[in-house]
Amino acid sequence: MDINKTVDAAGMLCPMPILKTVQAVKEMKVGEVLEITATDPGIKPDIKNWCEMMGHQLIDIQEKDNKIIVHLKKLK
Amino acid sequence: MEKVTPEKATIVVFSGDMDKVMAAFNIAVGAASSGMEVTMLYTFWGLNVLRKDKTGSRTKGIIQKMLTWINKGGTENLPMSRFNMSGMGTWMMKRLMKRYSMPSVRELYTTAKQLGVKMIACTITMGVMGIGKEDLVDDIDEFAGVITYIKDAKESKINLFI
Repeated sequence: MDINKTVDAAGMLCPMPILKTVQAVKEMKVGEVLEITATDPGIKPDIKNWCEMMGHQLIDIQEKDNKIIVHLKKLK
Repeated sequence: MEKVTPEKATIVVFSGDMDKVMAAFNIAVGAASSGMEVTMLYTFWGLNVLRKDKTGSRTKGIIQKMLTWINKGGTENLPMSRFNMSGMGTWMMKRLMKRYSMPSVRELYTTAKQLGVKMIACTITMGVMGIGKEDLVDDIDEFAGVITYIKDAKESKINLFI
């Protein structure tokens, strides 16, 4: 999987990770993939619901070394 | 990107307590981040959020003067709703917020503005408390009353009173 853009939201609390995501997705082209690194566990349900609302594809959510790594694809 | 009419969210900011105002901004920023069109109406103590630090240009008479003196405005002067302890509580909360890199009320306001959140100041409160337009921050979108809010709220999917 090619990653086109990354967002480092580690240490940030709600709503900052989503806000950073919104800004990043705005700058991306349709079909590109974004990787978000976060530590706030709220990101897991939040990013899932945000993708559903905004019509983007949540590829996966991984956890590694106390960090949460999210991949999503911009669909529109 | 296809053009669809965005859904609306309306928040009445009645409280001027820092913690409650932060919750209001978090919801506003979250809604705007989810593609909603957000309106925040500031009334009563909520108007303190929009006030510059030194205000009260229109105060008339002893009661308004006293009120302006004890009811401090500005995002940096908002008290906590609990455990304020003459400002100690607010100070401690600000320290904690900084440690967890949480944005301040001022930063949340700026972020909300950048996301297109519409800020409306309640003219009724301004009249009663002796607060003029020149006492408020410069980037307020509208000065209006309850009818403007009702029109927005009628069309809103989310409507909160904080």
